[in-house]
Amino acid sequence: MANLEIDFCGVKSPNPFWLASAPPTNTGDQVKRAFDAGWGGAVWKTLGNPIVNVSSRFGGVDYGSTKLMGLNNIELITDRPLSVNLAEMLDVKKQYPKHTLIASLMVDTRDEWHEIIQKVEDVGSDLIELNFGCPHGMCERGMGSAVGAEPEVLKTIVGWVMEKATIPVIVKLTPNIGDITEPAEAALEAGAHAVSLINTIKSIVGVDLDRMVPLPSVGNASSNGGYCGPAVKPIALHLLGQVAKVFPRPISGIGGISNWRDAAEFIALGSTSVQVCTAVMHYGYRIVEDMIEGLSDFLDDRGMSSVHELIGKATPQYQEWGELDLNHHVVASIDPDKCIGCQLCFVACMDGSHQCIHIPGMDDEAKRRAGHTVLPTSIPDRVVKTSAGAPGARVPWVHEDECVGCNLCQLVCPVEGCITMVEQRKGPEVETWNDRVARGDDLPPGGLDATLRARGKL
Amino acid sequence: MGETKAGYPLPAGRLEEALKDKKPLYTRGEALTEANRCIYCVDAPCVKACPTGIDIPTFIHKIATDNVRGAARTIFEDNLLGYSCARVCPVEVLCVGDCVYNGWGREPIQIGRLQRYATETALARDPALLSRTRKPKSGRRVALVGAGPASLAAAGHLALDGHHAVIFERKSIPGGLNALGIAPYKLQADDALDEIAFIEALGDVEIRTGTSVVAGEPKAGEVGVGSLLADYDAVFLGLGLGADNFLGVPGEDGPGVYGATALIERIKVDPSLSLAGLSRVAIVGGGNTAIDVARELALLGVPDVFMVYRKGAAAMPGYAHEMDGARREGVRLVEHRQPTEVVRDGERVVGLRVARTNGEGDEVLTCDAVVLAIGQARLTALAAAFEGVKLDERGRVLVDDDCRTGNPKVFAGGDCVNGGKEVVNAAQHGKLAARAMGRMFGRG
Ligand SMILES: Cc1cc2nc3c(=O)[nH]c(=O)nc-3n(C[C@H](O)[C@H](O)[C@H](O)COP(=O)(O)OP(=O)(O)OC[C@H]3O[C@@H](n4cnc5c(N)ncnc54)[C@H](O)[C@@H]3O)c2cc1C
Ligand SMILES: Cc1cc2nc3c(=O)[nH]c(=O)nc-3n(C[C@H](O)[C@H](O)[C@H](O)COP(=O)(O)O)c2cc1C
Ligand code: SF4
Ligand code: SF4
Ligand code: SF4
Repeated sequence: MANLEIDFCGVKSPNPFWLASAPPTNTGDQVKRAFDAGWGGAVWKTLGNPIVNVSSRFGGVDYGSTKLMGLNNIELITDRPLSVNLAEMLDVKKQYPKHTLIASLMVDTRDEWHEIIQKVEDVGSDLIELNFGCPHGMCERGMGSAVGAEPEVLKTIVGWVMEKATIPVIVKLTPNIGDITEPAEAALEAGAHAVSLINTIKSIVGVDLDRMVPLPSVGNASSNGGYCGPAVKPIALHLLGQVAKVFPRPISGIGGISNWRDAAEFIALGSTSVQVCTAVMHYGYRIVEDMIEGLSDFLDDRGMSSVHELIGKATPQYQEWGELDLNHHVVASIDPDKCIGCQLCFVACMDGSHQCIHIPGMDDEAKRRAGHTVLPTSIPDRVVKTSAGAPGARVPWVHEDECVGCNLCQLVCPVEGCITMVEQRKGPEVETWNDRVARGDDLPPGGLDATLRARGKL
Repeated sequence: MGETKAGYPLPAGRLEEALKDKKPLYTRGEALTEANRCIYCVDAPCVKACPTGIDIPTFIHKIATDNVRGAARTIFEDNLLGYSCARVCPVEVLCVGDCVYNGWGREPIQIGRLQRYATETALARDPALLSRTRKPKSGRRVALVGAGPASLAAAGHLALDGHHAVIFERKSIPGGLNALGIAPYKLQADDALDEIAFIEALGDVEIRTGTSVVAGEPKAGEVGVGSLLADYDAVFLGLGLGADNFLGVPGEDGPGVYGATALIERIKVDPSLSLAGLSRVAIVGGGNTAIDVARELALLGVPDVFMVYRKGAAAMPGYAHEMDGARREGVRLVEHRQPTEVVRDGERVVGLRVARTNGEGDEVLTCDAVVLAIGQARLTALAAAFEGVKLDERGRVLVDDDCRTGNPKVFAGGDCVNGGKEVVNAAQHGKLAARAMGRMFGRG
């Protein structure tokens, strides 16, 4: 059994699964229940000067019959008195000395930062996380993402924190910025031990068209909130990939993590620990059992004895577009034994890609009318074999010479494993766009005269 | 389920092989789609409806995250026979019947099929999934009588706990009714035997087939009650039920009249059985065994199969969903008739004389064979031979919540305790008894 324990800036955590600073870490009772369920650490709901919250606070985005693909909130930091939170943190740390307790902080002035750091260190916090990411409410007061989006301001505040802190400091980054590597590098220069990302993404989840009020509504108005949940995972993975290239210290990955596989992906792209909020708000602390078991089995399968062997394994393979091999080529292949004859691949390729999927039973005239421009001499009349399928010769056929290997048909096909992408290299050697640029061979025909003139080719 | 072991070879040419699986193994895509439909309920009603209390939402959630081995672990933790239960449980009246989707007027989650996907896929990929977790040997030995689901579940749990389980089975093929009685379109004998190989591989499990446990003085191939009590630290009785009951009417003895479970056993494992020449078969009874044998004969090509039941359809103890299936396969139901005689022409069966239960006379229903599915005898006289073991007025072995009999060393479970329920009830009894024995041995 693989060892799930991690070392995060010298702090040992029983596993990489931490709760993100959010409602699941509001109170000591909650955090204790979470630790009992198996969570390795918890970032307490952000502490600062207490605020007041509005009602309602959350908006959800469903996709088809899937609930809560995305969650949006306009909640602020903790609304409980600091002394109450601190007493509960002390109590949690006493009862769970081996679990990782992280204090999330957001205050304004240098004195405030120094005072609150002293207080959270006194109650036994293992790590401090600076919330420079909250994209609503707090940023209007010059805190949260207002800091995270200004690398110079960020550096100053991290400087104040480093003057005081005796435990490692994590800077939580906001995704609401053009280039995430700027605040990451600013944090590094200011001496931060780690970063975490992402906080929520600025969003409006919808509009109530009867009342003409954006959602979630507070009476007759609304405000932009922060978006999170499974929908943001691809955005978070990208930002993580970017930060991992410039930030050589531990990273805590956050954003849409719901299961062991998501966690493994974040770790492979450079996270040491992962944090979860929405999935727990949806299903409860219990989801961690599957995360622990799934990650442990995965590591065993790969012959890895510890989480640390997985960290950053995929980072080198995340490259810029110009480094990709132009001679790598794949074509779609349809398994006639699995096809149910829905022809979604056909319409996707016809209208959304390169018109190279054909359906049987059309003469050349019908093919032209359907939109094909290149006609194959013949296509096989393949009959749908699956018992669930529609009758007749309905299995589409891929004109391989025309297929550009975009994946679209495979992505829309409802049947697992029915369409596969088969490698058919264009040439044995690796050739990248950057190679072509270096050779001055980067002008495919069909462009602008002005460009050709500028290159001296006209 | 995994690879077939060599231990109990089955002859080829068994009639059951002709019957197609009605609920084949899901593909990964099908399983993911169905698993993602599950709401992952809290305090879920489906769990409460499972006699072994499998944590259904958790295992389905694990399928949805592609953690199939984890899903299988969750299932086996509560039910070591989770694989065969997935295929044979009457889920319509158990877990699936209580899924919250029913109340919502939507198709409930196919829990049985997901459970099969998890157990079958996980064990194919990782046969040592559970045996790796076996505890060190305890040196304790338990004798189990009968190799049906009750004993097999108990033996598996005992083995994982480090104890030595020795099963005595009078037949040459182990598995009890799970191997010899289940309708082939749910589970065939070879798959039931594969599951036994899985149980044997969990640890120290020994199955002595062709060995009867007897109350009196043991002869060759027999073991006495006294020696079990003397040689083992505990005994588990998983005796099941006995031979098919007969009606006691004229003409009943002789060729062409079969006991239902005896006939099913031959369909499953006896290649010498032929149904050729049978054109009309009367099945007497209204329970699930009657429905099963009727469906099997109809599916095997007997042109006219009809059930004769003494009351109306609504009073049938067999499940309505099973009877619906039987009707779709062409089985007829003749209600309110009580058989009074098997009519023969010489040796040959030519009809079944029945009396109308409303008293309006009798008639002869033409048929060339009669199958009796009117219950099975009790085998529990053997149980009573163990000192302290008591039976109730219906011949069932009396046990407490731990499946312990009046003798603190003797436990019992399955059909011999509940009078004949399902495989899953036997599995639960086996688990409860094994856990109680573990506590008695100072483990668990
Ligand atoms: C036709 C039929 C169809 C069924 N279909 C289903 C179904 O679809 N789903 C479902 O869940 N359940 C079904 N059942 C019920 C299910 O098979 C039983 O509830 C279950 O097998 C009971 O398990 P058991 O271990 O108690 O007994 P059994 O399975 O009966 O096993 C008892 C074993 O003990 C052996 N034995 C008895 N006495 C001795 C002795 N003195 N010495 C040595 N060995 C002995 C017997 O030979 C037998 O192998 C069906 C039953 C029948 C009859
Ligand atoms: C209701 C709600 C409140 C949140 N409050 C905080 C907070 O107080 N401090 C903070 O740093 N992040 C806060 N977050 C952001 C989360 O910690 C996390 O970064 C984000 O939700 C992305 O993770 P997820 O996709 O797993 O939800 C909050 C998120 C939600 C949904
Ligand atoms: S989830 Fe709880 S706090 Fe929120 S609206 Fe519902 S009842 Fe109220
Ligand atoms: S989308 Fe898939 S299933 Fe549908 S027609 Fe195309 S290949 Fe067949
Ligand atoms: S009741 Fe139905 S939906 Fe709910 S957990 Fe059980 S199977 Fe899933």
